[in-house]
Amino acid sequence: MSSPIFPDLIPVIPEILIAIFSMFLLILGVFLREKLAEPLIRYGSLITIFVAFIILIVLPEGEALTFGNSFINNEFCIYMKALVLISSAASILMAREFLHMHQMDRFEFYILILLAVLGMFMMISANDFIALYLGLELQSLSLYVLASFQRESTRSAEAGLKYFILGALASGLFLYGVTLIYGFTGNINFNFLYSFFGDPEFTVPIGVIVGLVLIIGALAFKISAAPFHMWAPDVYQGAPTPVTAFFSVAPKIAAIALIIRVMIVPFGNLGEQWQQIIIFISIASMVLGAFAAINQTNIKRLMAYSSIGHIGYALMGLAVAAGPITSYAKDGIQAMLVYITIYLFMSLGTFACILCMKRGDRMVEEISGLSGLSKNNPVMAGVLTVLMFSMAGIPPLAGFFGKLYIFQAAIQSGLVGLAVIGVLTSVVGAFYYLRIVKIIYFEDAEEKFDRPIAPELRGVLLVSGLFIVLFIFIPTPIISLAEVAALALFPG
Amino acid sequence: MGGIAISHYLILSSIILTLGVFGIFLNRKNVIIILMSIELILLSVNINLVAFSAYLGDLVGQVFALFILTVAAGEAAIGLAILVVYFRNRGSIAVEDIKMMRG
Repeated sequence: MSSPIFPDLIPVIPEILIAIFSMFLLILGVFLREKLAEPLIRYGSLITIFVAFIILIVLPEGEALTFGNSFINNEFCIYMKALVLISSAASILMAREFLHMHQMDRFEFYILILLAVLGMFMMISANDFIALYLGLELQSLSLYVLASFQRESTRSAEAGLKYFILGALASGLFLYGVTLIYGFTGNINFNFLYSFFGDPEFTVPIGVIVGLVLIIGALAFKISAAPFHMWAPDVYQGAPTPVTAFFSVAPKIAAIALIIRVMIVPFGNLGEQWQQIIIFISIASMVLGAFAAINQTNIKRLMAYSSIGHIGYALMGLAVAAGPITSYAKDGIQAMLVYITIYLFMSLGTFACILCMKRGDRMVEEISGLSGLSKNNPVMAGVLTVLMFSMAGIPPLAGFFGKLYIFQAAIQSGLVGLAVIGVLTSVVGAFYYLRIVKIIYFEDAEEKFDRPIAPELRGVLLVSGLFIVLFIFIPTPIISLAEVAALALFPG
Repeated sequence: MGGIAISHYLILSSIILTLGVFGIFLNRKNVIIILMSIELILLSVNINLVAFSAYLGDLVGQVFALFILTVAAGEAAIGLAILVVYFRNRGSIAVEDIKMMRG
């Protein structure tokens, strides 16, 4: 056991490494000339992410608690952290050309991403509410700045401002919920709360319910689930495209990990209380994601609604996990993890395509700009079509399997109504994905997009396209990793 | 009768929280007022934490309140910085002007 004075530092090595490297790179950037600093720090941040990834995989197996039980590392945390690292590395790679083209290639961009990643790591591994709050804020504060990174653009500044105001409101409500939990239980440690609520003598006081609702509301805001989604379309549209690409993956994955951990660990024994809320949020997100996206003309805005819909499907797994039977709950979480892994690759691929959409050094964001892409650039048209089919959930692509596992888990645990609504909304959602495919293949060709496509974008397109197509042949590694991760949440 | 009970603190903090939330949604004038409302929300949280901490005889609540004070300072700094960037582009910080993107 570790003493409070000398905490066990081994489980925290990736976090310590990212913290030290990001600060070191920041100082380096300040002292170097601007032309030299940007590429050097881009490579530096990629190396940091790579090294953190390696350390993450070689960390000793099993659950490790440290810092007075306020920090936990287990297979679940490692799985989610690995996804966060993959998505941020891809975002950094995809950002290079865009930043250069818009004269925003300042080294702070990469430092902010590293700091956001550090915050996400803290969120994922938090085992009490103080650690959770600090991680959440470190992540959010970096993201507010990233959203308004394009300083000359009014849209970007407006996106940052909106995100900041609503994000700060959500953090405030979250904290208010935490204070109520603290007041009615006398503790903020997740493991303590789990056994406290598990006591058969325990009757739930109204203060705990109010606190729980406030916490769920704030976490739903962070994953942009309806009805707390109002910031997402504006921020996605206004923020610079590489930042939008980053927003659509890394913070979402971290917040999903957070909502899973907070619901399963401290409030695991209150499943009856929160299952209905999660079901409601899930249905609202799926319906909104399907119907609100139909009228969109801006592709980034469309992606925002699409991601709201995907979050709705993923939350179905959490609704399953609220049930009392552990094996079903484990299946629900496993399906959820597989779903967001697939979502990660679909989203990265689509944003790589969006970053390729430019004419004469100007970004094209209108969906109509894609018309006739099949004649101008058949390869990109093919990849984008595969991605859209996968998002719509058409077999044999990966997106179909993500939905399949989720629906299976829901039906198995008796949430048949929820699964039926999911299938119906995914049919509606298929409409706007297929509309994009129709524009690509069956409308008159517009002017060509700029060539050549940057090598990083080509790489991301290739990897995500291959992942989507080949998932049907080799699903085992992802599914078994997700199973190990889900099992780590349900000890015993 | 007499003395200040825990319920008084809770009523006070819930009033301040409500004021803060309404200040964000009902205010039509100035973004600075929104920043002030955010601070109000965080302060109501701190009142709650310190009151519970004294009531329970447990120090964790006060430690938490110190962390929140620190983070609130950082949050205000970043909020003001974003506001300055916005003002330079737009020349105004009126709330009704923040609607370039709709849909």
